[in-house]
Amino acid sequence: MHTRLSEEDLAFQAEVREFLGEAWTSELAATCGNKATMKEGHEEWQRRLYKKGWMAPHWPVEHGGTDWTVTQSFIYNQERASAGAPEAIPFGVTMVASVIIAYGNDEQKAKFLPRILKSEDWWCQGYSEPGAGSDLASLKTRADLDGDEYVINGSKIWTTYAQHANWIFCLVRTDNSGRKQEGITFLLIDMKSPGVTVRPIDTIDSFHHLNEVHFDNVRVPVANRIGEEGKGWTYAKSLLVQERLSIAEVADSKRGLARLREEAREEVNGGRSLLDDPLFAKRLTDIEIELMALEFTELRALASIAEGKEPGPESSLLKLQGTEIQQAIQELRMDVAAYYSGTFQGDLSAQALGHDYAGAAQQSYFRGRASSIYGGSNEVQKNITAKYVLGL
Amino acid sequence: MNFSLSEEQNQIRDSIARFVQENYAFDQRNAVVAQEHGFSAQHWQQFAELGWLSIPFAEEHDGFGGGPVDTMVLMQEFGRGLVAEPYPATVLLFGGLLQEGASEAIKGEYIPKIIAGELQGAFAYLERQSRYVMTDIATTAAKQGNDWVLNGEKTVVLNGGAASKLIVAARTAGEQADESGITLFLVDAASDGIERTTYRMTDGQEAANITFNNVSAEAVIGSEGEGSTVMTPVVDAAKLAVCANALGAMESLNAQTLEYCKTREQFGVAIGSFQALQHRMVDTFSACENVKSLLYRAVCAAQDNGEDALRSLLALKVMVGRAGKLIGGEAIQLHGGMGMTNELSVGFYVKRLMIINTLFGDADYHQQLFAKLVNAPAEAASAAKAEAA
Ligand SMILES: Cc1cc2nc3c(=O)[nH]c(=O)nc-3n(C[C@H](O)[C@H](O)[C@H](O)COP(=O)(O)OP(=O)(O)OC[C@H]3O[C@@H](n4cnc5c(N)ncnc54)[C@H](O)[C@@H]3O)c2cc1C
Repeated sequence: MHTRLSEEDLAFQAEVREFLGEAWTSELAATCGNKATMKEGHEEWQRRLYKKGWMAPHWPVEHGGTDWTVTQSFIYNQERASAGAPEAIPFGVTMVASVIIAYGNDEQKAKFLPRILKSEDWWCQGYSEPGAGSDLASLKTRADLDGDEYVINGSKIWTTYAQHANWIFCLVRTDNSGRKQEGITFLLIDMKSPGVTVRPIDTIDSFHHLNEVHFDNVRVPVANRIGEEGKGWTYAKSLLVQERLSIAEVADSKRGLARLREEAREEVNGGRSLLDDPLFAKRLTDIEIELMALEFTELRALASIAEGKEPGPESSLLKLQGTEIQQAIQELRMDVAAYYSGTFQGDLSAQALGHDYAGAAQQSYFRGRASSIYGGSNEVQKNITAKYVLGL
Repeated sequence: MNFSLSEEQNQIRDSIARFVQENYAFDQRNAVVAQEHGFSAQHWQQFAELGWLSIPFAEEHDGFGGGPVDTMVLMQEFGRGLVAEPYPATVLLFGGLLQEGASEAIKGEYIPKIIAGELQGAFAYLERQSRYVMTDIATTAAKQGNDWVLNGEKTVVLNGGAASKLIVAARTAGEQADESGITLFLVDAASDGIERTTYRMTDGQEAANITFNNVSAEAVIGSEGEGSTVMTPVVDAAKLAVCANALGAMESLNAQTLEYCKTREQFGVAIGSFQALQHRMVDTFSACENVKSLLYRAVCAAQDNGEDALRSLLALKVMVGRAGKLIGGEAIQLHGGMGMTNELSVGFYVKRLMIINTLFGDADYHQQLFAKLVNAPAEAASAAKAEAA
């Protein structure tokens, strides 16, 4: 048991740093950070990753992935996060790709995977419905077979970035006769199909990411079905495991905590830095200690996946703890911003408002409330852990 | 001992509850907040007609002569409806400072105008660097002939956009964070040399950053260099009032969440039937009850000006900050995706509670003041008390 880096690891780390130094520029960071240009920004960043061959490190090499060891993945992620670079938007490369690779046919792989690698498609996730949130399997959007097409009717909700997407992967109901988990089918739907409409949802973080997606007699070729009809639940669940692993964002939390420490150092309260305030120091270090543990929980999980074990219910624990830590950091950052945390910056410059990061702190605080809701709420993760890990 | 309200107080409560019911449904509130300055001038006139603007003022200035209990009742009901009109800024702070420190002539001129709903005011005390130390003031005032001339900048001045008169805390002597050497000035907001940048707070109210470039003051409020002694009791009373406002918001938020848990179904049952959620609703309910207890304690002590007044107030402000985060966080979480939307008022309540936490100092800041006060040895306690205040 050891965690020393080998010569090769150190060389890899140097290569990652060099790549990030060139590819993750401050202009690109600004483009990604701006609401109006975030789509172009992320696509450009992903194209740079693709050129380097790092768009989909976790895919099999034959489809354009890498053969990185767990240590290399860890190094890459640390370096990426500490440079402030985002992960690739997960809906395509992490979520639907994992299902296509595991359960798709050769034509589907040939059609979709290269386009995902090159960021030619923007995917969104059509799982949740107004009546089917935590109880996802009760979904009602119907797909009726008509010749070699399915006819889709129903509504999805909470669809992140549907306004940008040209493809949506959907869970639809093809059969009502058995258990609700049966009769669910996994379909890939072109958003430009007649009968698809997207309606924005106004959210508490004043950032447009959520949408409703409505299907009114939308015709989808049977060729866009993943695997077998009625087996969608199995595919859906394997995707959820990937989603949960990607939500933990441990490396990004490390960076967030380091930034928070520097921001707090600059805040002076009653003549002393906030960092010298014992109450504040306790709150900050409480989070850090949890994060240090979580970092190794994640490594242990990744190492066991690398040994060929299926990632399973432990992804729930990572999601749970990862999001609790994210939220604790977001909350503390609001407290560091003090009364400025309540100001709504809108179009004002930071100079005119009088504070550099209050606007950002507030947006990530309010947006961050969702991380304990999506990907299966944290209550649901606890239910899963109690049932499948503890056998209760 | 008696924790029930007087008949008069019950009437105030009922009339505000009726006002909220008739005027503060979700869409109505959105329309109010969308107006210039974030509130309804028409509502403000209604407040004047109903006598609400007169509550804390002395009878000799046409006031109702109310005490902390009356203000609590009013602010709690306002909190329930998330009322947007700038009662704390104009009546409690601006009006409170006039009442506490102004000359009889100024009181006689301005307080009746506040009561009549004709005057909006604001208290400009915060600065970019000050954080929660209210005496950390770099804005200066210097005497030029008979005039006091102000220079500097104030930030996050609540109601600073609508206010036609300001009370500005400026340094006339001493070092930047000294307790003494602060003087309060009455300033006309339309004076030459004033620039205002307005923006909204997350709960919809308007605030302003205001720069003063050789601005002549209209009058000194209180005595020169003694601004702290005017500010302290007024800000303490305002803290109590915003804590009452928070309690109303918490009660309303808890009620909304509880109702949602009873009606939202997943897995074929109401989500409120899950024990994991039941226990959390019990936790938020008890947090709210605790806030109410400390609020009553602090209000009673303030009314009697008792030994326990400062200790209770500091404890209350700590608890309100913490409970607000707990109740707000749980409200969003238990609403699931719906809690993230602006289609419900949940987010607005959460934002109000977050802002109240930071008003006049957050929970951590107040806990340190509290610790200093209660941990001091007996002989030092009175010194600590002065410092904490
Ligand atoms: C910002 C955001 C982005 C999202 N993006 C997407 C997306 O791109 N695609 C997509 O398909 N979906 C997306 N979702 C939807 C998300 O997966 C659901 O919100 C989530 O599954 C919860 O469902 P719900 O909102 O209906 O809440 P509900 O299921 O109604 O839950 C309400 C509350 O009850 C609790 N609860 C429910 N069941 C139980 C139980 N058995 N035991 C204990 N507590 C329980 C929940 O934890 C929650 O606190 C997103 C959601 C958000 C907020």
